[in-house]
Amino acid sequence: MSVRRLAANQPDSFAFSAESLKQVKAWIARFPEGRQQSAVIPALWLVQKQQGWVSEPAIRVVAETLGMPVIRVYEVATFYTMFMLEPVGSHALVQVCGTTPCMLRGANDLKAVCQRRFGDRDHLSADGKVTWQEVECLGACSNAPMAAINDYYYEDLTPGIFEQILDEFIAGKPRAPGSVIGRQGSAPEGGSAVLQDASLFDGTAAKALKALPNAEPKTPGKAKEAAQ
Amino acid sequence: MPKAKVNGVEVEFEPGMTVLQVAELAGEEIPRFCYHERLSIAGNCRMCLVEVKPGPPKPQASCALPAADNQEIFTNTPMVKKAREGVMEFLLINHPLDCPICDQGGECDLQDQAVGYGRDGSRFALNKRAVEEKAMGPLINTVMTRCIQCTRCVRFITEVAGVAEIGLISRGEDVEITTYLGSAVTSELSGNVIDLCPVGALTSKPYAFNARPWELKKTETVDVMDAMGAAIRVDSRGPAVLRVLPRVNEDVNEEWISDKTRFAVDGLSRQRLDSPFIRENGRLRPATWAEALSVASARLSSAKPERIGAIAGDLQDAESLKATLDLFRTLGSANTDCRQDGMALGAGPRESWLFNAGISGLEDIDVLLLVGTNPRFEAPVLNARLRRRWLSGDLQVGMVGSAADLTYDFDHLGETASALTALAKARSGFAKVLKGAKAPALVIGAGALSGPHGAAVAHAAAQVAKAFGMSWNVLHTAASRVGGLDMGFLPGEGGLDARAMTAKGALDVLFLLGADEIDLSASDAFRIYLGSHGDAGAHAADLILPAAAYTEKDGLYVNLEGRVQMGQRAVFPKGEAREDWTILRALSEHLGKTLPYDSLDQLRSRLFADHPSFGQIDWAPRGQADLSAIGVAGEVGDAPLSSGVKAFHLTNPVARASVTMAECAALAAGPAKLAAE
Repeated sequence: MSVRRLAANQPDSFAFSAESLKQVKAWIARFPEGRQQSAVIPALWLVQKQQGWVSEPAIRVVAETLGMPVIRVYEVATFYTMFMLEPVGSHALVQVCGTTPCMLRGANDLKAVCQRRFGDRDHLSADGKVTWQEVECLGACSNAPMAAINDYYYEDLTPGIFEQILDEFIAGKPRAPGSVIGRQGSAPEGGSAVLQDASLFDGTAAKALKALPNAEPKTPGKAKEAAQ
Repeated sequence: MPKAKVNGVEVEFEPGMTVLQVAELAGEEIPRFCYHERLSIAGNCRMCLVEVKPGPPKPQASCALPAADNQEIFTNTPMVKKAREGVMEFLLINHPLDCPICDQGGECDLQDQAVGYGRDGSRFALNKRAVEEKAMGPLINTVMTRCIQCTRCVRFITEVAGVAEIGLISRGEDVEITTYLGSAVTSELSGNVIDLCPVGALTSKPYAFNARPWELKKTETVDVMDAMGAAIRVDSRGPAVLRVLPRVNEDVNEEWISDKTRFAVDGLSRQRLDSPFIRENGRLRPATWAEALSVASARLSSAKPERIGAIAGDLQDAESLKATLDLFRTLGSANTDCRQDGMALGAGPRESWLFNAGISGLEDIDVLLLVGTNPRFEAPVLNARLRRRWLSGDLQVGMVGSAADLTYDFDHLGETASALTALAKARSGFAKVLKGAKAPALVIGAGALSGPHGAAVAHAAAQVAKAFGMSWNVLHTAASRVGGLDMGFLPGEGGLDARAMTAKGALDVLFLLGADEIDLSASDAFRIYLGSHGDAGAHAADLILPAAAYTEKDGLYVNLEGRVQMGQRAVFPKGEAREDWTILRALSEHLGKTLPYDSLDQLRSRLFADHPSFGQIDWAPRGQADLSAIGVAGEVGDAPLSSGVKAFHLTNPVARASVTMAECAALAAGPAKLAAE
């Protein structure tokens, strides 16, 4: 991560769309009177949903909407790395996880694919369709390596499949998100390998308990002592 | 009261104190960067680590830890020493080793504490980070690589100054202090962040690379830029005043000063009158003192007593006022006035022109009514106190006059004085708030009292104050005003006031004692100007007697609450200029009416004898004005009551001579100009 700055080229103005404004108002209404600024993160998030990134005029509009100093919104927008401060690709924002589990499972190869196809990270690709980033752990370690493309996770990637997926995004026909090897949730590859013995589930393995584990000793004298 | 042991010594403390404060009570010094008594607690520098029993076996940040009864606090254990050394090593990792070229050098908290609590070396061998410089306007110089992210500046600007313009952006290793996109800080108190900054990240721009603290002569004196009389320290080297810093005076300015107080000092070395001047054929030519005094005495003695008069300016010390007053009374003239703005106060008891609640008394008020004043411009430090009172809750503020951003909310009751008459009769709205108030205060500005309807506005305001039992507080803007009124520097019997004296054909000789804020265009009298700066008064003068500025003379000043404070001389007057009272004494000798004092002490004894209130140095009365005697009932007029201060940075000759203040004024006027176009 490097120092976060607002983009050099900014639009002249920003206005919430009717739909976003409705949602911003709904967020503001969730907080008590006089605490509208609690809605700053949802508001910025809605800006990003609408615009694709957070522009400088949008920061001012959010400050105005929430009645807070613009420097406070600026602080929030620069603090959270998920707020994009520069325009992002029109077709895909690719966030490749580069943290240890993914790195061990081949994230560097995915990054190399991105580097080769789209140039340096954190910048628009030459055709303006894609922006790629390396991000910290996205919490899908068991399905490493993975990348978040726009709003969804694509897991268990190999450089080849990753490139295919990227092509699909650029063509405007993204595939369904999730594990590309058909893994169920974060279950082991190829399905579950344990707890498969059918007898575990038919009750035959069950035995009556002699005593509860860690129960108090039954000796009366000792129980009395303990009570005292 | 709960007790705690600090390094084995038992101390009693008030509930709610932090461990750091308790340790200080016991006389232990706790190093700190982010903690400041007058700001909220941040706890992010970690320098104040101590060991506390009972508690976890690790060092604790004492600034943010509430002290508990029977707690044992240790500040000198090996663990504490090691912790401090560790924190210091971390702080210095990204701090550049540029002390030799840093303006903070010699008065730097980081330098001092690194010597006191740090280790001798660093184990860090990688590259240090560098941070881009930030623009913060014409007053604050930034070297952001030196910043240790204590956030004192952010908290000061947000909490005390009330304009949230400085922030901490980004995060982790990359955090940076900045204003929004490099805009200038618009607060009138912004200079205080320079004092608050514990390192050399925020330093004074006008003072940059001028001097080292140990080269400077420090003189403790009082400020004259507004009527509060803030306690200041004037740092000078040789004949030059290099900077002004605040001193702590809990009753007046705590430890803040306004930007005008701090940065107008470059005006002390510009536009100075350094020799007497006589106007000949429309041009001023330098003259000797003997020449100048003989011209002055010839003019004064040849005119009839009722055709001479004196107007005193806003920065004058009490001694020069007294000497002028004595001289003109000896000459038989009743034409004296210290109210350049025509303020309709001065008759009656002293309380009618004082800030009777007192500055520190503002902590106790619960309802405030502002009449024709903008305290943010007229007395920024007082405004900061009002803001703090407002932040602490339950302060209702009403405003009659032109609305402005005061950094706190108020009910705007109306623009004109008719709102006052309506308020006195009203039963609902703000009148109801006033009715239920326990300690309401009315603050009336000099602007409201000085228009053509000043006396009527004063009367209307006094009626409101009377109706609701409010304390009567006059917010003066001139440092000399209360002193002048206290000694009766007013028209004597049958005498003319300032306005009448400047009228066409009113006088033969007009004596201007540092009076620069009065319109002299109509006056056709022979004008003698005694003052320090070549400002409006000197431009219009026929004879100039160069005098000392406030840093160049010992003098008494009475602040708006009636507190007499003693100013000290930091440097000598420029060139041929002399201290004001000595010029008046010499002039009186030329006139053959020698004033009965040969030294400042004798002058002061005379002043104290004639006006005992001047003898009560550093004491502020807390009286209550006789409200029925204030002002004259009459037409209050329908002009909006506006503040007397139109441009905060340009209110007096020193500030108008200052390049820094001119820059600030241009910046402050900028957006307004754009809006008008």
